[in-house]
Amino acid sequence: MKKKVSAVITEQTELAPHIYSLRLKTELAAYACPGQFIGIYPRDGSRLLMRPISICDADNEELRMVYRAGGKGTIEISSYKEGDTLDILGVLGNGYDINAVSGKKVLLLGGGIGIPPMLYAAKKLKSAGIDCNAVLGYADGNTFLKDDFESVCPTFVASMDGSVGTKGTVIDAINAEDLKGDAFFSCGPMPMLKAVKAYAAEHSMKAYISLEERMACGVGACLGCVVKTNETDGHTHVKNTRICTEGPVFEAEVVDI
Amino acid sequence: MNLSVNIAGVTLKNPVVTASGTFGSGFEYSEMTDLNKLGAVVTKGVANVPWEGNPTPRVAEVYGGMLNAIGLENPGVDVFIERDIPFLRKFDTRIIANVCGHSVEEYIETIEKLNETDVDMFEMNFSCPNVKQGAIAFGQDPHVLEATAKAVKAASKKPVIIKLSPNVTSIKDMALAAEAGGADAISLINTLIGMKIDINKRKFVLANKTGGFSGPAVKPVAVRMVYEASHAVKIPVIGMGGISDADDAIEFILAGATAVAVGTMNFIDPQTTAKVAAGIEAYMKKYNVEDIKELVGAVS
Repeated sequence: MKKKVSAVITEQTELAPHIYSLRLKTELAAYACPGQFIGIYPRDGSRLLMRPISICDADNEELRMVYRAGGKGTIEISSYKEGDTLDILGVLGNGYDINAVSGKKVLLLGGGIGIPPMLYAAKKLKSAGIDCNAVLGYADGNTFLKDDFESVCPTFVASMDGSVGTKGTVIDAINAEDLKGDAFFSCGPMPMLKAVKAYAAEHSMKAYISLEERMACGVGACLGCVVKTNETDGHTHVKNTRICTEGPVFEAEVVDI
Repeated sequence: MNLSVNIAGVTLKNPVVTASGTFGSGFEYSEMTDLNKLGAVVTKGVANVPWEGNPTPRVAEVYGGMLNAIGLENPGVDVFIERDIPFLRKFDTRIIANVCGHSVEEYIETIEKLNETDVDMFEMNFSCPNVKQGAIAFGQDPHVLEATAKAVKAASKKPVIIKLSPNVTSIKDMALAAEAGGADAISLINTLIGMKIDINKRKFVLANKTGGFSGPAVKPVAVRMVYEASHAVKIPVIGMGGISDADDAIEFILAGATAVAVGTMNFIDPQTTAKVAAGIEAYMKKYNVEDIKELVGAVS
């Protein structure tokens, strides 16, 4: 289901500095899978393009997004309040394949603003009876969403400044806690995803990583948001694949990052 | 009331088409908008072989528009013929294949393959600002443009539209060159060359440094160029550049466009084309216009 709709804000709260939790009442919620995203359109006519934001949680009626208000567009979006409406395009992309990890143990790795989509993934894994641990990497002691994760699965924390959990990255936390698993679901900054890909290769694990790129259409038409692939892609017929459509979640070995 | 228009013997049921590169091959938007409501789908540029395009970032937002430097990534004409044309043929709309290349030989190789398909027309991309060799070189020198148009026209079994670059000193000269080269129609404007710099990183935002500027912010430039070009030539003009609603489209038609294309705004609202077509019809009702041709170039 892909559609542009108007959605009513049912919550807009600041969880940590510049990190907002937004809930939207929309028919699209029923179609959301973990790892998918929606586009939120600013209303200011000078800013036209939708902001791609990952889905943090969903039920049949509401989508929850936890996002960083970093640029002018997301700062504008964060200014809207409960009862206001936002135009959204969704649901977009391919998320984490829960069936692919049936019977396995999954380590969910979220770094920074890559943490939110891991929550919905954790909930879906749990309801499918799949064992999982979450490892969350923060910059500092602002551990947004940590409580939400702890209510779903065993949760470990790393922080770059050492103020909470293991000092360092999610990989440092995996080593410090001696965590084992068969597969990673991960989302975070590119250096983290590269480290996750390398760690998975060394430890014979599967890594599913969620990528980010500047995008315009969100539906595979503009070819703005491609990533290099190791083999020729079935759609583009070159060694590029569309993050918005074939992704944003890829098996790490498929993409050349 | 008649909304249909004729471009080089091909009837479009209404004057609203998609701008190449903003609508994929139609498939990507077919879930979100009814392709049967379009005058034509102008497909993303296709070359004789697959092209990888430019490195990312390929797109950036700017005030009232965007920059793109995709670099004409495309799967090549063979995939286009096998996959995209049969899909589009299921809809009651015309197919205009946008053709790109680095050389006259490449353009002709692609055209010769497409001659044997049921594509309705060709739109020649002589004006993409994001491809290093060729493309814009063909589109910035009137003598080269005319010679290339002649070569393409001689190879083509279908009507040829030549898409013009706005990145020229005289759009009138380019329009005249296209007409002299035998073009059946011209379309304009392609994107304006732009640039954006990230002041915090002190780097270009686009990997390609420059990119094509499109969106509502370019509309006044585009309307002016459509006016100048359409008054210089006798062949029909397809006008585009920042169209976001029917009012914008009517402006282009009054300036001299026989048909109009919606580009960047497809990304913002997939229903834009259908809304533009419906809005033109409402305008004609309001002003008792029997035939849309009465509006073409009505302001002069």
